[in-house]
Amino acid sequence: MTGAQTSLALSVFLACAVEAVEAFTIVLAVGTTRHWPAALAGTGVAGLVLAVVVAALGPALTVLPLGVLRVVVGGLLLTFGLQWLRKAILRAAGAKDKHDEEAIFATERAEAAAVPVPTGFDGYAFAISFKAVLLEGLEVAFIVLTFGANQHDVGLAAAAAAAAVLAVLGAGLALRAPLARVPENGMKFAVGVLLTSFGIFWGAEGAGAHWPGGEASLGPLVAVILLAALAMVAEVRGRAVPTAAVPG
Amino acid sequence: MNARRILDAIWDFVVGDDPRLALAALVAIGLTAVVCAFGLSAWWLAPAVALASLRWSLRGARPSATSASKTSS
Repeated sequence: MTGAQTSLALSVFLACAVEAVEAFTIVLAVGTTRHWPAALAGTGVAGLVLAVVVAALGPALTVLPLGVLRVVVGGLLLTFGLQWLRKAILRAAGAKDKHDEEAIFATERAEAAAVPVPTGFDGYAFAISFKAVLLEGLEVAFIVLTFGANQHDVGLAAAAAAAAVLAVLGAGLALRAPLARVPENGMKFAVGVLLTSFGIFWGAEGAGAHWPGGEASLGPLVAVILLAALAMVAEVRGRAVPTAAVPG
Repeated sequence: MNARRILDAIWDFVVGDDPRLALAALVAIGLTAVVCAFGLSAWWLAPAVALASLRWSLRGARPSATSASKTSS
Protein backbone atom coordinates (compact mmCIF):
# COMPACT_ATOMS: atom_id res chain seq x y z
CA MET A 1 0.00 0.00 0.00
CA THR A 2 1.46 3.40 -1.00
CA GLY A 3 1.62 6.42 1.31
CA ALA A 4 -1.28 8.05 -0.49
CA GLN A 5 -3.39 4.90 -0.14
CA THR A 6 -2.53 4.66 3.56
CA SER A 7 -3.54 8.31 4.08
CA LEU A 8 -6.76 7.68 2.15
CA ALA A 9 -7.65 4.59 4.21
CA LEU A 10 -6.76 6.27 7.52
CA SER A 11 -8.76 9.42 6.78
CA VAL A 12 -11.85 7.49 5.69
CA PHE A 13 -11.56 5.04 8.61
CA LEU A 14 -11.36 7.82 11.22
CA ALA A 15 -14.18 9.87 9.70
CA CYS A 16 -16.39 6.82 9.36
CA ALA A 17 -15.66 5.59 12.89
CA VAL A 18 -16.70 8.96 14.36
CA GLU A 19 -19.98 9.01 12.42
CA ALA A 20 -20.64 5.32 13.19
CA VAL A 21 -20.26 5.96 16.94
CA GLU A 22 -22.84 8.75 16.72
CA ALA A 23 -25.31 6.66 14.71
CA PHE A 24 -24.78 3.63 16.98
CA THR A 25 -25.72 5.66 20.09
CA ILE A 26 -29.08 6.63 18.59
CA VAL A 27 -29.90 3.14 17.23
CA LEU A 28 -28.94 1.60 20.58
CA ALA A 29 -31.16 4.07 22.48
CA VAL A 30 -34.15 3.38 20.21
CA GLY A 31 -33.56 -0.37 20.12
CA THR A 32 -33.24 -0.82 23.87
CA THR A 33 -36.16 1.49 24.66
CA ARG A 34 -38.62 0.37 22.00
CA HIS A 35 -38.31 -2.35 19.34
CA TRP A 36 -35.03 -3.87 18.15
CA PRO A 37 -36.35 -5.37 14.85
CA ALA A 38 -37.71 -1.99 13.69
CA ALA A 39 -34.53 -0.17 14.76
CA LEU A 40 -32.36 -2.69 12.92
CA ALA A 41 -34.63 -2.53 9.85
CA GLY A 42 -34.23 1.26 9.74
CA THR A 43 -30.47 0.85 10.04
CA GLY A 44 -30.36 -1.75 7.27
CA VAL A 45 -32.48 0.26 4.82
CA ALA A 46 -30.37 3.39 5.41
CA GLY A 47 -27.23 1.32 4.84
CA LEU A 48 -28.64 0.09 1.54
CA VAL A 49 -29.48 3.63 0.42
CA LEU A 50 -25.92 4.75 1.24
CA ALA A 51 -24.41 1.79 -0.63
CA VAL A 52 -26.52 2.65 -3.70
CA VAL A 53 -25.39 6.31 -3.51
CA VAL A 54 -21.71 5.30 -3.41
CA ALA A 55 -22.10 2.63 -6.09
CA ALA A 56 -23.95 5.02 -8.43
CA LEU A 57 -21.85 8.16 -7.97
CA GLY A 58 -18.41 6.54 -7.54
CA PRO A 59 -17.90 5.40 -11.15
CA ALA A 60 -19.49 8.61 -12.47
CA LEU A 61 -16.99 10.80 -10.60
CA THR A 62 -13.95 8.85 -11.81
CA VAL A 63 -14.92 9.65 -15.44
CA LEU A 64 -14.23 13.39 -14.87
CA PRO A 65 -10.85 14.75 -16.07
CA LEU A 66 -8.32 14.65 -13.21
CA GLY A 67 -7.76 18.44 -13.13
CA VAL A 68 -11.49 19.21 -12.89
CA LEU A 69 -11.99 16.44 -10.33
CA ARG A 70 -9.18 17.76 -8.13
CA VAL A 71 -10.48 21.34 -8.17
CA VAL A 72 -14.07 20.26 -7.39
CA VAL A 73 -13.11 17.64 -4.82
CA GLY A 74 -10.37 19.80 -3.31
CA GLY A 75 -12.75 22.74 -2.95
CA LEU A 76 -15.46 20.60 -1.35
CA LEU A 77 -13.03 18.85 0.99
CA LEU A 78 -11.48 22.16 2.00
CA THR A 79 -14.92 23.64 2.72
CA PHE A 80 -15.91 20.54 4.68
CA GLY A 81 -12.54 20.24 6.44
CA LEU A 82 -12.44 23.87 7.58
CA GLN A 83 -15.91 23.48 9.12
CA TRP A 84 -14.88 20.27 10.95
CA LEU A 85 -11.62 21.85 12.10
CA ARG A 86 -13.29 25.04 13.32
CA LYS A 87 -15.73 23.05 15.48
CA ALA A 88 -12.93 20.77 16.72
CA ILE A 89 -10.77 23.78 17.71
CA LEU A 90 -13.70 25.37 19.54
CA ARG A 91 -14.39 22.09 21.40
CA ALA A 92 -10.72 21.53 22.28
CA ALA A 93 -10.50 25.10 23.59
CA GLY A 94 -13.67 24.73 25.68
CA ALA A 95 -15.58 27.29 23.60
CA LYS A 96 -18.14 24.72 22.38
CA ASP A 97 -19.76 21.82 24.21
CA LYS A 98 -18.01 18.49 23.66
CA HIS A 99 -19.84 15.57 22.10
CA ASP A 100 -21.00 13.39 24.99
CA GLU A 101 -22.41 10.01 23.86
CA GLU A 102 -23.81 9.14 27.32
CA ALA A 103 -25.76 12.41 27.49
CA ILE A 104 -27.06 11.91 23.94
CA PHE A 105 -28.00 8.30 24.76
CA ALA A 106 -29.98 9.42 27.82
CA THR A 107 -31.80 12.13 25.84
CA GLU A 108 -32.64 9.78 22.96
CA ARG A 109 -33.93 7.12 25.39
CA ALA A 110 -36.14 9.66 27.16
CA GLU A 111 -37.56 10.89 23.84
CA ALA A 112 -38.14 7.34 22.58
CA ALA A 113 -39.86 6.31 25.83
CA ALA A 114 -42.24 9.27 25.62
CA VAL A 115 -43.89 7.95 22.42
CA PRO A 116 -46.35 5.02 22.85
CA VAL A 117 -45.10 1.71 21.39
CA PRO A 118 -47.61 0.17 18.90
CA THR A 119 -48.46 -3.53 19.00
CA GLY A 120 -47.30 -4.14 15.41
CA PHE A 121 -44.34 -2.69 13.52
CA ASP A 122 -42.76 0.24 15.35
CA GLY A 123 -42.62 3.01 12.75
CA TYR A 124 -41.06 5.46 15.21
CA ALA A 125 -38.07 3.18 15.93
CA PHE A 126 -37.64 2.52 12.20
CA ALA A 127 -37.78 6.22 11.27
CA ILE A 128 -35.40 7.44 14.00
CA SER A 129 -32.83 4.72 13.22
CA PHE A 130 -33.15 5.26 9.46
CA LYS A 131 -32.70 9.02 9.80
CA ALA A 132 -29.73 8.74 12.18
CA VAL A 133 -27.84 6.24 10.03
CA LEU A 134 -28.65 8.06 6.77
CA LEU A 135 -27.63 11.51 8.02
CA GLU A 136 -24.41 10.35 9.68
CA GLY A 137 -23.71 8.05 6.75
CA LEU A 138 -24.10 10.77 4.12
CA GLU A 139 -21.03 12.52 5.52
CA VAL A 140 -19.13 9.24 5.25
CA ALA A 141 -20.43 8.63 1.70
CA PHE A 142 -19.25 12.13 0.73
CA ILE A 143 -15.77 11.45 2.13
CA VAL A 144 -15.60 7.96 0.56
CA LEU A 145 -16.60 9.35 -2.83
CA THR A 146 -14.33 12.40 -2.83
CA PHE A 147 -11.23 10.65 -1.48
CA GLY A 148 -11.86 7.49 -3.48
CA ALA A 149 -12.59 9.22 -6.80
CA ASN A 150 -9.57 11.48 -6.51
CA GLN A 151 -7.23 8.57 -5.87
CA HIS A 152 -9.13 6.38 -8.37
CA ASP A 153 -9.66 3.91 -5.56
CA VAL A 154 -13.30 4.10 -4.42
CA GLY A 155 -13.03 0.40 -3.50
CA LEU A 156 -10.28 1.05 -0.92
CA ALA A 157 -12.20 4.01 0.52
CA ALA A 158 -15.38 1.91 0.78
CA ALA A 159 -13.43 -0.93 2.40
CA ALA A 160 -11.94 1.47 5.00
CA ALA A 161 -15.44 2.79 5.74
CA ALA A 162 -16.82 -0.75 6.10
CA ALA A 163 -13.94 -1.70 8.42
CA ALA A 164 -14.72 1.30 10.64
CA VAL A 165 -18.42 0.40 10.83
CA LEU A 166 -17.56 -3.20 11.72
CA ALA A 167 -15.07 -2.08 14.39
CA VAL A 168 -17.65 0.24 15.98
CA LEU A 169 -20.41 -2.37 15.75
CA GLY A 170 -18.14 -5.02 17.27
CA ALA A 171 -17.15 -2.77 20.18
CA GLY A 172 -20.73 -1.61 20.67
CA LEU A 173 -22.23 -5.10 20.68
CA ALA A 174 -19.55 -6.29 23.11
CA LEU A 175 -20.21 -3.42 25.52
CA ARG A 176 -23.97 -3.04 24.84
CA ALA A 177 -23.58 0.60 25.86
CA PRO A 178 -22.83 3.92 24.15
CA LEU A 179 -19.18 4.11 23.14
CA ALA A 180 -18.46 6.99 25.48
CA ARG A 181 -14.80 6.04 25.92
CA VAL A 182 -14.00 6.43 22.24
CA PRO A 183 -11.91 9.63 22.00
CA GLU A 184 -14.48 11.07 19.64
CA ASN A 185 -13.52 14.73 19.98
CA GLY A 186 -9.84 13.96 19.35
CA MET A 187 -10.79 11.88 16.31
CA LYS A 188 -12.91 14.72 14.95
CA PHE A 189 -9.92 17.03 15.37
CA ALA A 190 -7.72 14.59 13.42
CA VAL A 191 -10.32 14.22 10.66
CA GLY A 192 -10.63 18.01 10.39
CA VAL A 193 -6.85 18.30 9.97
CA LEU A 194 -6.77 15.54 7.33
CA LEU A 195 -9.77 16.83 5.33
CA THR A 196 -8.34 20.36 5.32
CA SER A 197 -4.88 19.14 4.28
CA PHE A 198 -6.17 16.93 1.45
CA GLY A 199 -8.54 19.69 0.33
CA ILE A 200 -5.67 22.19 0.12
CA PHE A 201 -3.36 19.71 -1.60
CA TRP A 202 -5.78 18.51 -4.27
CA GLY A 203 -7.48 21.89 -4.76
CA ALA A 204 -4.17 23.70 -5.33
CA GLU A 205 -2.90 20.92 -7.58
CA GLY A 206 -6.08 21.00 -9.65
CA ALA A 207 -5.72 24.79 -9.94
CA GLY A 208 -2.30 24.32 -11.50
CA ALA A 209 0.10 24.56 -8.53
CA HIS A 210 3.08 22.21 -8.31
CA TRP A 211 3.89 21.04 -4.80
CA PRO A 212 7.61 20.84 -3.97
CA GLY A 213 8.37 17.12 -3.88
CA GLY A 214 4.94 16.16 -5.25
CA GLU A 215 2.91 13.85 -2.99
CA ALA A 216 5.80 13.82 -0.47
CA SER A 217 4.76 17.34 0.57
CA LEU A 218 1.43 16.01 1.89
CA GLY A 219 3.05 14.86 5.17
CA PRO A 220 4.63 18.25 5.97
CA LEU A 221 1.37 19.96 4.94
CA VAL A 222 -0.61 17.82 7.44
CA ALA A 223 1.98 18.70 10.12
CA VAL A 224 1.69 22.44 9.39
CA ILE A 225 -2.13 22.35 9.52
CA LEU A 226 -2.02 20.34 12.76
CA LEU A 227 0.45 22.69 14.45
CA ALA A 228 -1.50 25.76 13.31
CA ALA A 229 -4.75 24.24 14.62
CA LEU A 230 -3.13 23.46 17.99
CA ALA A 231 -1.82 27.03 18.15
CA MET A 232 -5.37 28.29 17.51
CA VAL A 233 -6.67 26.08 20.35
CA ALA A 234 -4.09 27.65 22.67
CA GLU A 235 -5.01 31.13 21.43
CA VAL A 236 -8.75 30.63 22.08
CA ARG A 237 -8.02 29.04 25.49
CA GLY A 238 -5.89 32.05 26.36
CA ARG A 239 -8.95 34.29 26.00
CA ALA A 240 -10.59 32.76 29.09
CA VAL A 241 -11.91 35.42 31.41
CA PRO A 242 -10.04 35.05 34.73
CA THR A 243 -12.38 34.41 37.63
CA ALA A 244 -12.03 36.78 40.56
CA ALA A 245 -10.35 35.34 43.64
CA VAL A 246 -12.67 34.90 46.61
CA PRO A 247 -11.16 36.56 49.68
CA GLY A 248 -10.72 34.12 52.52
CA MET B 1 -39.84 17.33 1.41
CA ASN B 2 -39.98 20.28 -0.99
CA ALA B 3 -37.15 21.66 -3.12
CA ARG B 4 -36.44 24.51 -0.68
CA ARG B 5 -35.88 22.10 2.21
CA ILE B 6 -33.63 19.90 0.07
CA LEU B 7 -31.55 22.93 -0.97
CA ASP B 8 -31.38 24.07 2.67
CA ALA B 9 -30.18 20.60 3.71
CA ILE B 10 -27.49 20.55 1.00
CA TRP B 11 -26.36 24.07 1.95
CA ASP B 12 -26.17 23.11 5.62
CA PHE B 13 -24.32 19.86 4.78
CA VAL B 14 -21.64 21.45 2.59
CA VAL B 15 -21.35 25.00 3.86
CA GLY B 16 -22.13 24.46 7.54
CA ASP B 17 -22.56 27.19 10.11
CA ASP B 18 -19.92 29.61 8.80
CA PRO B 19 -20.40 30.45 5.09
CA ARG B 20 -17.28 32.64 5.19
CA LEU B 21 -15.13 29.51 5.43
CA ALA B 22 -16.75 28.10 2.28
CA LEU B 23 -16.03 31.42 0.58
CA ALA B 24 -12.43 31.26 1.83
CA ALA B 25 -12.03 27.79 0.28
CA LEU B 26 -13.21 29.16 -3.08
CA VAL B 27 -10.88 32.17 -2.78
CA ALA B 28 -7.91 29.95 -1.82
CA ILE B 29 -8.28 27.76 -4.90
CA GLY B 30 -9.33 30.60 -7.22
CA LEU B 31 -6.35 32.78 -6.26
CA THR B 32 -4.04 29.80 -6.73
CA ALA B 33 -5.39 29.31 -10.25
CA VAL B 34 -4.95 33.02 -11.08
CA VAL B 35 -1.36 33.16 -9.79
CA CYS B 36 -0.51 29.91 -11.61
CA ALA B 37 -1.95 31.39 -14.81
CA PHE B 38 0.74 34.09 -14.58
CA GLY B 39 3.38 31.37 -14.42
CA LEU B 40 4.25 32.01 -10.76
CA SER B 41 4.72 29.48 -7.97
CA ALA B 42 1.50 29.33 -5.93
CA TRP B 43 1.58 26.13 -3.87
CA TRP B 44 1.89 28.18 -0.65
CA LEU B 45 -1.17 30.33 -1.34
CA ALA B 46 -3.99 27.87 -0.54
CA PRO B 47 -2.60 26.86 2.89
CA ALA B 48 -1.96 30.52 3.77
CA VAL B 49 -5.50 31.63 2.81
CA ALA B 50 -7.12 28.59 4.50
CA LEU B 51 -5.27 29.05 7.79
CA ALA B 52 -5.74 32.83 7.82
CA SER B 53 -9.48 32.46 7.23
CA LEU B 54 -9.77 29.76 9.90
CA ARG B 55 -8.02 31.98 12.44
CA TRP B 56 -10.21 34.91 11.41
CA SER B 57 -13.36 32.83 11.88
CA LEU B 58 -12.27 32.08 15.46
CA ARG B 59 -11.80 35.69 16.48
CA GLY B 60 -13.84 36.52 19.55
CA ALA B 61 -14.26 32.85 20.52
CA ARG B 62 -13.49 32.19 24.17
CA PRO B 63 -13.88 29.27 26.57
CA SER B 64 -17.29 28.97 28.20
CA ALA B 65 -18.12 27.85 31.73
CA THR B 66 -19.74 24.55 30.64
CA SER B 67 -18.24 22.18 28.08
CA ALA B 68 -19.65 18.68 28.44
CA SER B 69 -23.21 18.43 27.24
CA LYS B 70 -25.03 17.22 24.14
CA THR B 71 -24.14 18.90 20.87
CA SER B 72 -24.82 18.34 17.22
CA SER B 73 -22.05 16.93 15.05
